[in-house]
Amino acid sequence: MGGLQKKKYERGSVTNYITRNKARKKLRLSLPDFRRLCILKGIYPHEPKHKKKVNKGSTAPRTFYLIKDIRFLLHEPIVGKFRDYKVFVRKLKKAYGKTEWSAVERLRENKPTYKLDHIIKERYPSFIDALRDIDDALCMCFLFSTFARTGKCHVQTIQLCRRLTVEWMNYVVAARALRKVFISIKGIYYQAEVMGQLITWLVPYQFSHDHPTDVDYRVMATFTELYTTLLGFINFRLYHSLNLLYPPKLDSKAECELKEENEEDYALNSECYLEKLSALSASLARMVSSAEEEEAQLDQFPDEMSTNLGKREQKEQEAQKKLFDGLKFFLNREVPRESLAFVIRCFGGEVSWDKSVCIGSTYEVTEETITHHIVDRPNASTQYINRYYIQPQWVYDCINAKIVLPVEDYFLGVTLPPHLSPFVEEKEGDYMPPEKVKIMALQRGEKPAQEQEDEEEEDEDEDEEEEEDDNDDEEEDEEEDEEESEEKNLKKMEKQRSQVKVTPGKMKVENPERLEQEEKAEEKRLAIMMMKKKEKYLYDKIMFGKKRKIREANKLTAKRKAHDDAEKANKKKTRK
Amino acid sequence: MEESSGNMRSSEPTAAMKKVREKTAKKRSKEEEEEEEEQIFNFKDKPAGKEEEDEDLSDSEESVFSGLEDSGSDSEEDEKESDDNDDEDDDDVTAVESKQPKQTEEEEEKEEVVGGVTEREEEEKKEDEYEHDSSDEEDIRNTVGNIPMEWYKDFPHIGYNLDGKKIFKPIRNKDELDDFLDKMENPDYWRTVHDKQTGSDIVLSDEQVELVNRLQKGQFGDVNFNEYQPSVEFFSSDVMIHPVTNRPADKRSFIPSLIEKEKVSKLVHAIKMGWIKPRRVEDDTRGRFYDLWAGEDSSILGRHKMHLPAPKIPLPGHQESYNPPPEYLFTEEELALWEQQDASDRKLPFVPVKFSSLRQVPAFSRFIHERFERCLDLYLCPRQRKMRVNVNPEDLIPKLPKPKDLQPFPTTQSLVYRGHSGLVRSISVSPSGQWLASGSDDGSVRFWEVCSSRCMKTVQVGGAVKSVAWNPNPSVCLLAVALESVVLILSPSLADRQVVQSSERLLSGQPEADTSDAAGPVIWSDTEGEELNQGIRLKIQHPKAVHQVAWHAKGDYLASVMPDHSSHLQVLIHQLSRRRSQNPFRKNKGLVQCVSFHPVRPYFFVATQRSVRIYNLVKQEMTKKLQANSKWISSMAVHPGGDHVICGSYDCRLSWFDLDLSTKPYKMLRHHKKAVRGAAYHRSYPLFASASDDGSVIVCHGTVYNDLMQNPLIVPVKVLRGHVITHDLGVLDVTFHPTQPWVFSSGADATIRLFT
Repeated sequence: MGGLQKKKYERGSVTNYITRNKARKKLRLSLPDFRRLCILKGIYPHEPKHKKKVNKGSTAPRTFYLIKDIRFLLHEPIVGKFRDYKVFVRKLKKAYGKTEWSAVERLRENKPTYKLDHIIKERYPSFIDALRDIDDALCMCFLFSTFARTGKCHVQTIQLCRRLTVEWMNYVVAARALRKVFISIKGIYYQAEVMGQLITWLVPYQFSHDHPTDVDYRVMATFTELYTTLLGFINFRLYHSLNLLYPPKLDSKAECELKEENEEDYALNSECYLEKLSALSASLARMVSSAEEEEAQLDQFPDEMSTNLGKREQKEQEAQKKLFDGLKFFLNREVPRESLAFVIRCFGGEVSWDKSVCIGSTYEVTEETITHHIVDRPNASTQYINRYYIQPQWVYDCINAKIVLPVEDYFLGVTLPPHLSPFVEEKEGDYMPPEKVKIMALQRGEKPAQEQEDEEEEDEDEDEEEEEDDNDDEEEDEEEDEEESEEKNLKKMEKQRSQVKVTPGKMKVENPERLEQEEKAEEKRLAIMMMKKKEKYLYDKIMFGKKRKIREANKLTAKRKAHDDAEKANKKKTRK
Repeated sequence: MEESSGNMRSSEPTAAMKKVREKTAKKRSKEEEEEEEEQIFNFKDKPAGKEEEDEDLSDSEESVFSGLEDSGSDSEEDEKESDDNDDEDDDDVTAVESKQPKQTEEEEEKEEVVGGVTEREEEEKKEDEYEHDSSDEEDIRNTVGNIPMEWYKDFPHIGYNLDGKKIFKPIRNKDELDDFLDKMENPDYWRTVHDKQTGSDIVLSDEQVELVNRLQKGQFGDVNFNEYQPSVEFFSSDVMIHPVTNRPADKRSFIPSLIEKEKVSKLVHAIKMGWIKPRRVEDDTRGRFYDLWAGEDSSILGRHKMHLPAPKIPLPGHQESYNPPPEYLFTEEELALWEQQDASDRKLPFVPVKFSSLRQVPAFSRFIHERFERCLDLYLCPRQRKMRVNVNPEDLIPKLPKPKDLQPFPTTQSLVYRGHSGLVRSISVSPSGQWLASGSDDGSVRFWEVCSSRCMKTVQVGGAVKSVAWNPNPSVCLLAVALESVVLILSPSLADRQVVQSSERLLSGQPEADTSDAAGPVIWSDTEGEELNQGIRLKIQHPKAVHQVAWHAKGDYLASVMPDHSSHLQVLIHQLSRRRSQNPFRKNKGLVQCVSFHPVRPYFFVATQRSVRIYNLVKQEMTKKLQANSKWISSMAVHPGGDHVICGSYDCRLSWFDLDLSTKPYKMLRHHKKAVRGAAYHRSYPLFASASDDGSVIVCHGTVYNDLMQNPLIVPVKVLRGHVITHDLGVLDVTFHPTQPWVFSSGADATIRLFT
């Protein structure tokens, strides 16, 4: 035989993986530092195909990283910075211990810092890559910007997050990129289309957080560190793509107006500017005068349009962008100002609020030209005749429906129609709430039936018919059992044979269509029998899923029906 | 003054006392503060100008009489000026209680305070002393000090004067009445003050009263004192001609400092060695953010090709809305279920809630949690690209020829043969197709006319019939019946006379000389009497229970199966014409389930529990062993062409073997839900059927091509149901009509059914 003895676990897939602890030792980093490095560099563990082989025969649960990834981390300059920081902390501690205050000061001045620019560039080689991954960054920054400025994280981080999110919102307003909004119980979801990428982010409601104890804020802070850098660069690029100044400046005209209004000292000058920006009521300063730019845009249009479908879509989008053009809103003080101002400005509306609510209001309540007054109270104290008093949901529903919905359902004190998620796209066979059907009809330009109740009743009738159909289907399914029942009949007949009796036979009307259907169903059943085992498994799984879906949809319709019936009964009672 | 104020004070002179003061720096500083206070007082007093020499009250030489005056003024203060110098009073009290070393200073303090506040009185008294010199009482000095005067309550005196003589109390003490009268009559009563230390009453003068009033108002004691004098700045921005101090400069101010030099050299060294870095300059030349992707090169990193972007968070549905449609809200049962479920099993991570308006929506308590979990997912979860099978389920269904095009095959149940009272184990059709024989557990064999479902003949054989087999030779009319350990040959005489005669001839063949097989296990015997009348012609007695009988195509040979684990005597082949039996196998190769003859060639199929063996009867060797891939074979049928075999098994499968192809099944058909009990080929049509315990008979179309390269096409064409499942048994046997596309099935419900 001869030759070298082959050792186990020295070749094959073992060589591709490394456990976390080994990786840590190789990089000579502490666990928190390693974690931070992984977060910043976007390194995640890998699951080997044969865990036992990679784990050298052991089945203990371990985290594996690709050895290539770890080698890649080995050359990261930030690792050196981590070590510097460690040294810095040690020196600082020493200086404090010796009460050498000048040394402390000197050390603090030279606190090692690092930049993440190269990491961003490396992780996202192209701008589009970065845009695609921005969802989480936005969510995190919006969350951090709502944190109180005490504890949990540095004030600078919070301020930076706030600044970046304000910049982002201003960009979305300027680009009119917002597409969908959804008020959920968690917060408000926004979806914008930026450079062809759909970007969704979630903004929490403006309440103080009760910070949970089982959350590691260091991890979150590290993510935020990365995300703020990423968002900053993206903002920069986006602003420049629109020829806007970055850092954002307010339009000179708007700035003047704002200044006049807010002569009293509101806050520090630097903070005031951010506040004004975050008021979202004024447009931003451009590098080139806006008129020229628009012309240029107009020139581009004919080239872009190629297909008919695309044309229509584009038209729709354009229409949606100008949804609130010419409408003037006034926000009462109890409605969420930032969200509504952002949303309304995104679709071309004008918006203002009470001066005492926030800086940047542009007109007063008394303004005659206000068309919509958004109130979230059961009734308004003073009402002007020439404007609609509506609840805030109207604005969001309009945006999702892409049309200006009738305001009747949203008046004060009226029970609001359900707020539907714009992110759900029903396929065939999915359950669709009746409200969605209504909105779709409105979108098609159909007018709602005059008497709602009649419509409802019709609907119900239809429902019932459908149900009957369902029953029919079930009968078909039961067809197989029919033979058995025939058999039983036969038996009975046999028993009765002793007393011979002639009864008039019944004509069996055979429905040719139905016969055909049955035949087809049987054919299918037989064909299914001939499936291979693997395919059969898959097929069964798919069919199971489908059936479950149908079941759920049926359940929802039944629930809805029960609810509507109960409502109706209630109504009748109250009428009586 | 210390000396003079005797008993309670330390007898040290002031100088000594000052030494004591100097000893403790801390105390001293405190005292200095106090001194300053005094000085300020004095400073303020000075301009009043009434007092000439009285500059510094702490100066001990000056205040010779202060002790006495103390006593006098003390009492005044207690009564009238209590609100003014509360603090001082408090200090006094504490001072009394405190210990010796402190006492000195504290006494001094008291002295100062008293002196400060009551200066005016002092002055007045002094004036009295020096100018008028009329008051006797003023000379009385009580040296008892600051003690509660009630200590002298029981004595006739109230203290001692400077000479050490007793000072006696005034002779007559005033009682309440006197006091009252005094109050009523004396116009000066209100300005009369009782001096406790001397026990005498003092009438305050107008000036004194005014002073008291002023002090009570919080004004300065001196009327002429100007509170708001122009301040004189010692150190101002103006350069003075003269220095503040005239001290000559130190030498060290001319000489460079060695210590500093040392320090600087240390710093220089540290800078040289790079230990101290110069202050970092923030280079914000191009701002914190810039166009990072300005030079966007198409050369993407090799790593990035491998990059898997994290999946996005799923978008919210209607349930998450703050005002969802009512059908999405949980009912009570659903809510209870949600609460019971483990967090990982829940379909929704939250409970849908409905709010009537936006202002009522509270903060979401798990917001930070969810974000944190997302973070964890991003850096802790392994990522994998998973191929999502996005197939249309219709595409998965194999494209098969339509059953309609494969007709004829049995489709409907047309006849039911009733008459048996036990389950019908076995059926067989006569080669002409006119008769059907069935054997049942009720101990009878029945003969039916196929077309009319009439029972033509019933033969009681006296035992549960395991198997019946009609002789396939059309020129004879014989039936083999297996029951218990006997195989009967019946001649039902349901045919032409010629056929009956030929079968008689076959049966009457003389047995071979029993010499060789005399001791054989099988006994052939003719029947007599009643049995003969019923048509039973031969009895072949086996040593063990017979389970199955099978005819050779020629109709002369008959195989019987006696399954037994331990014996090699499981299969016997009988030759009817010569009444001879033989055991073809010498070895036990497993439990034999059923056997069959090849329809044309001299092959013999033996199905054991797991496999089917094919023996060449001429060469007397095994040619093939088919692996059935099933646990337990129940039945077997051989294609009339002889190249294909189907095996039913108790684990619900039917395996089709192509003998030319392989020893493994060409196809496994898992059509049945329960054990397969019977399988049969049609003799002329490309049909085969399988019967199962689930009560169904499945007829399949199995085209066999002459071309060896083309695999047989198997298409299930019909599922026939009719048998009622009794005692978990469904259909027990199935067989085809020899000429028509009809199939017979016998079941545990004691019926036989014909499907046409």
